[in-house]
Amino acid sequence: MGLNSILFYFFAALAVGSAILMVTRRNVVHGAVYLITTLLATAGVFLLRQAEFLFITQVILYVGGIMVLFVFVIMLVNLDVSLLQYQFNRQRFVAGVLALALAAQLFIVIKMGKTSLFPQARVPEVLPKNTEAVADALFGRFMLPFEIASILLLVAMIGAVVMAKRRV
Amino acid sequence: MVPVDHYLWLSLALFTIGVIGVLTRRNVIIILMSIELILNAVNINLVAFSHMFGNVDGQVFAIFIITDAAAEAAVGLGIILAFFRNRETLLADEMDMLKW
Repeated sequence: MGLNSILFYFFAALAVGSAILMVTRRNVVHGAVYLITTLLATAGVFLLRQAEFLFITQVILYVGGIMVLFVFVIMLVNLDVSLLQYQFNRQRFVAGVLALALAAQLFIVIKMGKTSLFPQARVPEVLPKNTEAVADALFGRFMLPFEIASILLLVAMIGAVVMAKRRV
Repeated sequence: MVPVDHYLWLSLALFTIGVIGVLTRRNVIIILMSIELILNAVNINLVAFSHMFGNVDGQVFAIFIITDAAAEAAVGLGIILAFFRNRETLLADEMDMLKW
C-alpha cells in the first residue's frame, strides 16, 4: 500500500467521521467547524486525484468564503435559545430509514455496475498542467455556462442583500 | 493506486450523512450545512471520474457546483437572517408561513 492509498483512506476517514459529528452536534458552531474539517479532507482527496486547481478553489472558496459566511450568520442569530431545544424532529426515525434505503439502492447500483460501468482506467502517462487545462476548458468549450454562472452569482448577491435588509 | 469505486463509496457515505442531516435535524443552519455536504459528495464523484478518463470536464463541472453552492449559501443565509428577525427562532418546523 503506497503513500497515495494511505493518504486517501486517512482523508476519507477524516471526512466521514467529522461529517457524522457535524449532523449530530447540538451546538451549531461545533457543527460548522466539523464541516470545515470535512471540506478540508475532501480538498485533500481532490489533491490525490491531481485536481490541484479544484483543491485550491475548495480551500479558498468553500472554507475561506462560504464557511466564514456561515459562522458570521451563526453569530448574528441567537444561539442560547436553540441550545435548549430538542434538535431532531418527530419524523426522524422514518426519515433515517428512508435515507438508509436510498443509500442501500445506491450501494447496489455501484456494486452491480462495478464490472461493466467502469472501464479500465485510461490515465495518460503525463497529465496536462491542471490549471492550464481547466482554464482551457472553462474559457473554451464551457464559455456559455461560465457566463451563466456569473449571472447566477450576480442574482444571488442582489438576492442576499434584499433578503438581509430590514426594509426593502 | 486507489480504485475508482472507493471514491464512490466515500461519496456515497458523505451523501447519505448529508441526506440524514437534511431530513432529521430541526435547525435550519444545520440543514443548509448538510446540503453543502451533499454537493461536496457529488464533487468527489466528478473528480474521480475526471481523473479516470483523463480529461478535466468533470473538474469544470465541480467548479460550477461550487459556484452554485456559494450562491445557495448566500441567499439561504439571507433568508435565515430575515426569518430569525421576524420569528426569533431557527427551527424548520416553525417555517410555515409565506407572509406575516
